[in-house]
Amino acid sequence: MENRDSYLKSERAQEWREKLRKSKNNKERTLQERVKMPEADPQLRIQSYVEVNSGLSAEQAQKEASRCIDCPNPTCITGCPVEINIPKFIKRIEEGEFLEAAKVLKETSSLPAVCGRVCPQEKQCEANCFYTQKLKKEPVAIGYLERFAADYERESGKISVPEIQEKNGIKVACIGSGPAGLTFAGEMAKKGYDVTVFEALHEIGGVLKYGIPEFRLPNEIVDVEIEGLKKMGVKFETNFIVGKTAPIEDLKEEGFKAFFAGSGAGLPRFMNIPGENYIGILSSNEYLTRINLMHAADKNTDTPVVSGKNVVVVGGGNTAMDSVRTAKRLGADRAIIVYRRSMEEMPARVEEIEHAKEEGVEFMTLSNPIEYFANEKGQVNKVKIQKMELGEPDASGRRRPVPVEGAEEIIDVDTVVVAVGVSPNPIVPDSLPELEVTSWGTIKVEEDTLQSSIPEMYAGGDIVRGGATVILAMGDGRKAAQSMDVYLKNK
Amino acid sequence: MFKIVDKEFFSENVVRLSIEAPRIAKARRAGHFVIVKIGEKGERFPLTIAGADREKGTITLVVQKVGVSSRKLAALEVGEYITDLVGPLGQATHIENKGTILACGGGVGVAPLLPIVEAYKKAGNRVITVIAARSKDLIILEDQIKQFSDELIVMTDDGSYGKKGLVTEGMEEAIAREKIDEAMIIGPAVMMKFAALTTKKYNIPTLASLNTIMVDGTGMCGACRITVGGKTKFVCVDGPEFDAHQVDFDEMLLRLNGYKDLEKKADSDYLKSSEEKGR
Ligand SMILES: Cc1cc2nc3c(=O)[nH]c(=O)nc-3n(C[C@H](O)[C@H](O)[C@H](O)COP(=O)(O)OP(=O)(O)OC[C@H]3O[C@@H](n4cnc5c(N)ncnc54)[C@H](O)[C@@H]3O)c2cc1C
Ligand SMILES: Cc1cc2nc3c(=O)[nH]c(=O)nc-3n(C[C@H](O)[C@H](O)[C@H](O)COP(=O)(O)OP(=O)(O)OC[C@H]3O[C@@H](n4cnc5c(N)ncnc54)[C@H](O)[C@@H]3O)c2cc1C
Ligand code: SF4
Ligand code: SF4
Ligand code: FES
Repeated sequence: MENRDSYLKSERAQEWREKLRKSKNNKERTLQERVKMPEADPQLRIQSYVEVNSGLSAEQAQKEASRCIDCPNPTCITGCPVEINIPKFIKRIEEGEFLEAAKVLKETSSLPAVCGRVCPQEKQCEANCFYTQKLKKEPVAIGYLERFAADYERESGKISVPEIQEKNGIKVACIGSGPAGLTFAGEMAKKGYDVTVFEALHEIGGVLKYGIPEFRLPNEIVDVEIEGLKKMGVKFETNFIVGKTAPIEDLKEEGFKAFFAGSGAGLPRFMNIPGENYIGILSSNEYLTRINLMHAADKNTDTPVVSGKNVVVVGGGNTAMDSVRTAKRLGADRAIIVYRRSMEEMPARVEEIEHAKEEGVEFMTLSNPIEYFANEKGQVNKVKIQKMELGEPDASGRRRPVPVEGAEEIIDVDTVVVAVGVSPNPIVPDSLPELEVTSWGTIKVEEDTLQSSIPEMYAGGDIVRGGATVILAMGDGRKAAQSMDVYLKNK
Repeated sequence: MFKIVDKEFFSENVVRLSIEAPRIAKARRAGHFVIVKIGEKGERFPLTIAGADREKGTITLVVQKVGVSSRKLAALEVGEYITDLVGPLGQATHIENKGTILACGGGVGVAPLLPIVEAYKKAGNRVITVIAARSKDLIILEDQIKQFSDELIVMTDDGSYGKKGLVTEGMEEAIAREKIDEAMIIGPAVMMKFAALTTKKYNIPTLASLNTIMVDGTGMCGACRITVGGKTKFVCVDGPEFDAHQVDFDEMLLRLNGYKDLEKKADSDYLKSSEEKGR
């Protein structure tokens, strides 16, 4: 930490930063309003998969960047899981040096265009901004600015290719191609390793591809990152389920010296209530996979998808929000979020909730489905909803929802999407009996090194944390690469 | 990309394909399946691995044309490629010497039954197999099945071949004659429902291999879920074989129709467009 602090100080003391700080006084800076993200019109955007946020113009970005007062003690950084040097990149934007800004991001984050779009900023960097903490004003739009710099670099065609150390010929394997795996692969390639990423599905990207819809994260952005990794020499094998297509033992025989499991938390949970297996009731994974991975909404693809007129989505996380907004785009007249706690407890990103409201999504909070009904063909047609109230706080510190005796409601539905959480993918642990797992099924790792109970196996992302975030998964991929490198060098 | 190295039609609608997939050929055991996808815009669908040749690095699939995807697969020629193929998936059949096995296959269910019959036979069981179809031209793999069966009963609905009657009648015949230690049934859901009722009457432990709708085949989506003994199970990871007397076949029958209208439309569109293309 010492080092980090002095690094930040010396960076801040550089002449260009001093000059920029003096170019405007703080009063002037703080009196400016936070920039508004330009958005596609709600009525138009629900008829397509166009990205909702259109991105800041250079002018808007520079103006927003000038709000940041380049704090001597930049608390914003403490809120970022990968400790991006936030004031430095923001000041580069203010200066107009956008490519330099992108370089700062890449010092610690390998997917800035992704994080700028999907990080829960209001709980992380922006929650810790001086504006939020001390001025009680709207924070500097760190996420928007991050996205701006990363997009600028990509669109300029001048993507900086990271320096790659001399190839050392050591083969390492990455299991899964979500953000954890992609980051791990990039870091190891930089260190000169021969990296192969094995992916169970036919597409690379994990949740970034099959989960998060295009209106929030266009596939093209993920593809550019994957291309970058390929240029760095990373190999990809799709349609390869490690532990099924070949056991780890075979891969060891083929020369792989160490493994990183970034296999995610892809298993859907259901609620186990009566009628849940009726036709028309699907997990959010199935719903989003059909649309995002299989492109079922495109008439030229073979994968079908149900597109009901009355859609209920159960849950209050990002997955629920993505599902309900997808339902709107598939032509639902009513798309309703049914969530058992209140608006305040909803775990989804605030921006997604706002966007959902603009798009006409209805919110039934303090409500929980308890039974489904169907017609004679087994097609769901009604759901019984139990009204809830908030009681004492539970282990998570949130107030526990408890049923209000006798308060029930029945509503008409034809599609129900269940988005009540996911469990760790059991394929890797199942294929390695000696691998230690927790009672939740997540892989046990040493906290500082991410090494598992099998010395040559490291793990990170959702397979270790349960359902978490993109940025935490990336942070893990990075950390695992650092410690695996040390391990392999000392071996 | 996975190359097709051999192809043979068993009937107009049933085709056997050998495909280069050395890893799967090595890792697979009886009861496993793969997920196949044809072309950029294809859908993912499951097929049982009917056999494998480890030396040549190939697996065998037997496909019945029922809709768009199975037709697309059957239209591929030797030398052409399957875009995506992943596996082996599911739990392998638990094979041991149990005594006498009654193996029953209906329609294209005979294809996935073949490797299981073979494995049971090699484990030292006495194997009595009943295969059934609507009519003579729909009976497939008779010779291959016969090779691993101590006795083979062929049934057709219309009596055009073998004995006239349903699969259950063939089963009754075998059960009446000797003591059966275990039964294995694979076929259309309706057939499995009634075959399971038959063995239940005689308290014969019975396994059914279920063919639900699937997407990923790795436990990720829940499309394949069914109720077994009152609990929800995922066929792709918990199965595909389950205790047939515990399976809620009525629910499964309903769920199989979940996308029926969309599939029918896609199929007629596909047939129309392939006629136009002259295929
Ligand atoms: C719909 C949805 C919306 C979300 N929105 C946000 C958001 O806005 N912001 C945010 O920060 N987070 C969000 N998240 C959470 C975030 O996406 C995850 O925390 C993150 O993707 C986890 O990354 P990962 O690399 O650990 O795993 P994943 O992204 O799940 O990737 C794991 C990959 O491993 C593959 N795999 C599994 N087993 C094997 C095997 N044996 N062999 C080969 N491959 C295997 C899987 O197929 C998958 O592709 C969202 C999640 C979902 C589902
Ligand atoms: C574990 C497993 C193993 C299987 N093994 C084989 C196999 O070895 N050979 C083989 O030919 N098929 C097998 N199937 C069935 C095969 O997956 C389906 O026939 C195929 O998905 C149909 O796709 P389609 O697009 O051609 O037809 P669709 O357009 O999807 O369906 C057309 C019509 O076929 C019927 N149909 C659809 N799915 C099924 C199904 N799963 N079972 C029975 N009828 C169905 C429906 O009535 C539907 O209306 C297996 C299924 C499972 C789950
Ligand atoms: S990576 Fe996420 S938390 Fe870190 S600065 Fe960017 S948006 Fe904020
Ligand atoms: S805390 Fe806010 S104002 Fe201070 S440096 Fe960070 S972003 Fe800028
Ligand atoms: S096919 Fe998706 S969970 Fe079984």
